Amino acid sequence: MTPLLSNKGLTKHFSGLVAVEDVDLTVQRNEVRALIGPNGAGKTTLVGMISGRIEPTRGTVRFDGKDITRLSAHRRMQMGMAYTFQITSIFPGLSVEENVALAVRVRLSDPEEVDRATKRALKRVGLEARMDQEAGDLSYGHQRLLEIAMGLAQAPKLLILDEPTQGLSEGEIEGFVALVGHLAHEASILLIEHNMRVVMEVAHRITVLNFGAVLAEGTPEEIRGNDAVQAAYLGTEHA
Amino acid sequence: MEFGPHLFLAILEGAVTAAVLSLTAVGLSLVFGVMRVVNVAHGEFYMLGAVLAWFIATQIGGHPAIGFVAALILAPLLVGALAAAADMTILKRIEYDPERTIVATIGLLYILQQVALMTYGPDARPVEPPFNDRIALPWFEFTDAGLEFYYPWGLSTTSYKLAVIAAAAVLLIAVWLLMTRTRIGLVMRATQQDRDMATAFGIPVERVYALVFGLGAALAALGAVLIVPIQQAHYLMGGDPLLLSFIVVIIGGLGSLPGTVIAALIIGLSDGIISVFFSPTLAKILATLLVALVLVFRPQGLFGTRAA
Amino acid sequence: MKLAVHLGLLAVLLALHWVLPDYHHGNLARIMVLATYAIGYNILFGYTGLLSLGHAMFFAAGMYGMALSIRHFGVDPATAMLAGIAAGAVVSLVVGVLALRTQGVAFMIVTLMFAQAAYLTILYFGTYTRGDEGFVIQATDRVMFGFDLTNPDTRYLAAFAVFSVAFLLSLRLVSSPFGKSLVAIRENEERTQMLGYNTTRRKLAAVVISGTLSAFAGAAYGLLFGYAGASFAGVQYSIFPLLWVLLGGAGTVIGPFIGTLFMFYLIDTADDVTDAYLLIVGVVLVLLTLFARQGIAGELRRRVWKALP
Repeated sequence: MTPLLSNKGLTKHFSGLVAVEDVDLTVQRNEVRALIGPNGAGKTTLVGMISGRIEPTRGTVRFDGKDITRLSAHRRMQMGMAYTFQITSIFPGLSVEENVALAVRVRLSDPEEVDRATKRALKRVGLEARMDQEAGDLSYGHQRLLEIAMGLAQAPKLLILDEPTQGLSEGEIEGFVALVGHLAHEASILLIEHNMRVVMEVAHRITVLNFGAVLAEGTPEEIRGNDAVQAAYLGTEHA
Repeated sequence: MEFGPHLFLAILEGAVTAAVLSLTAVGLSLVFGVMRVVNVAHGEFYMLGAVLAWFIATQIGGHPAIGFVAALILAPLLVGALAAAADMTILKRIEYDPERTIVATIGLLYILQQVALMTYGPDARPVEPPFNDRIALPWFEFTDAGLEFYYPWGLSTTSYKLAVIAAAAVLLIAVWLLMTRTRIGLVMRATQQDRDMATAFGIPVERVYALVFGLGAALAALGAVLIVPIQQAHYLMGGDPLLLSFIVVIIGGLGSLPGTVIAALIIGLSDGIISVFFSPTLAKILATLLVALVLVFRPQGLFGTRAA
Repeated sequence: MKLAVHLGLLAVLLALHWVLPDYHHGNLARIMVLATYAIGYNILFGYTGLLSLGHAMFFAAGMYGMALSIRHFGVDPATAMLAGIAAGAVVSLVVGVLALRTQGVAFMIVTLMFAQAAYLTILYFGTYTRGDEGFVIQATDRVMFGFDLTNPDTRYLAAFAVFSVAFLLSLRLVSSPFGKSLVAIRENEERTQMLGYNTTRRKLAAVVISGTLSAFAGAAYGLLFGYAGASFAGVQYSIFPLLWVLLGGAGTVIGPFIGTLFMFYLIDTADDVTDAYLLIVGVVLVLLTLFARQGIAGELRRRVWKALP
């Protein structure tokens, strides 16, 4: 079976500066892939190129068997990607329910189906009791969960999560870990994450980026035992 | 008149327009550059400068030069103070939100214009120039005897028009020196670069904004005082300079002072030339379309390099 | 409930036809057509969050599309109305494609400049348009489907029909998935795009719908009141719908009508006192930006009835 996502030689230069250089990344169906690396390693730029927010300097992106390098972001989302922003990006003036319903309506049109799918997504992140609130009034942690619910509501084949646990409480992180475990049955997940406990717990494979290039790739055990990774990243992060 | 002298005359008239326009446009550009807001009431500050010049000159009487000099000093000061007050009472309170500022300054436009109508009235009134000698200008032609100079009938200007061009040049250099060589200029440029950083360094940003808004309006008023002995003061005279200043500031690159002056020269001269040979309406249609297309396809302006 | 309130407004407006004294009867007919223009403006400004300073060019496209085809091609009023609406659709499509390459303040200035160019073009071709002076549409040209639009009663009912169409259309639009996606673009365009919406195309659709509705209002105004003039293309007629919508409440279905009604009578009253009646426009604009960003219906929604569409 073809992999869900495969990038070849993805490169991004920002006015001469190298942000990402020749990255090959392949994500299988139903795989949870974590993307880790120090700040400024190019993780957000890389997923930006995958999701279509950033145009690559060179390289190709294949998704679900098609070359999507030239497609606009919204077309990629319609093909089955979902993206949650690193800095919370919701519709603060609209109700929690409408935030999620907007995500559902891209693929469904029948009002009753929209309603059902909206409530299901809200329920999975535990926000169903707050669906009539204005989204901007939610706490920071709840806003992060709302973003994840919007991602779920798109029923994606690939869910890209950029630092989803940032600002969540311990209890909410537990819930998130359990949620990702369930989600892996329906979708692939590409996860940028700083919390190593979460990464080790949920990821099937881990890709380590450093200075815009792939430093290592492997299972959590392999990465844990990799000396180069220890030196470049884990050592400093755990200190 | 033949084509050559006619063109020469058009260029001279255009140079006067360009001189006043560059003062007005630099005022608008300064406000946009430092405060990142668009002041739609800018043309009304210009109008106010002209109307105040008439009031001041009429009150003082005596030799026209006395009244004119008084107007040249007092009118920009009064207009600047009014603008600074408007900044502190209105713009500061809406936190310089770009869109709300435009709506609020549209409101200000109507208020200033209509108050002028209620006090100054609907008539157009002239201010006497301090001096106004007619200067006949020579033209040349090549004859069998070689190069010959002569004075074609109708090719003339006045000493006052030449003085306007010179005064505008001096004032523009003064503004440039103020921005580049003085402490207050440094403070303005620091605020323009990074508002938060300026605040962190103890620059009183709010006072700088009021000052810049006042200075921008005062420059418009200065331009108007200079022009009012040539064109009369009228409560609706603010529309054209507003439109032309917009055109100049956008083509010159938003917030760039040298670009603004170059664009003012080009627009002023071409407006003068096109208006003499073609219809002024056509000139304005072309200029407004040019501006719209520049903004659509080249937002940094024709002479700017950095993104606006 | 929502529908009942909005249908209630229409019922009251219809009933007023038999109640109002002549003077106010005539005013209200004008207000309903102008409110149609405001409804068109509100779709772009209130719901999509795009502030145009050039809507007069769409209003004028409708008015001149209608009036010039009667004057120079002698078509019947119904065809002329269609011509006006089509002119508005074409102009808004072209302007939309160009202006939407910009955003924020640049969008405001680009629309202002295009409208100014359009206004000056009307003056430039004064031979055909009669420029500032304008021209009267003859009474004989104002009989549509057998209804004589010079008759005040017919005119009121025609204005009511025009307003009802626009009003119900906008009510329908904003509760549709498309309308909700426009609100999403207003709230957070980048997010909307990353949910899979083609925001560029939706914004263009909003410009065209808004411009075409404005043209519909312009064509109707010209036909009902029998006159077309360049002043309707001037900056002031781009500012008016902004003012009406701000005053009534941007992003509410009922707001444009409320704002137009209040402003019309405010100016009408001031006009009796002073020539400088536009002073009121300035003062209201400043006060609105300072103290009541939501407008009348917006404040109602905030304080009294949250579900007001």
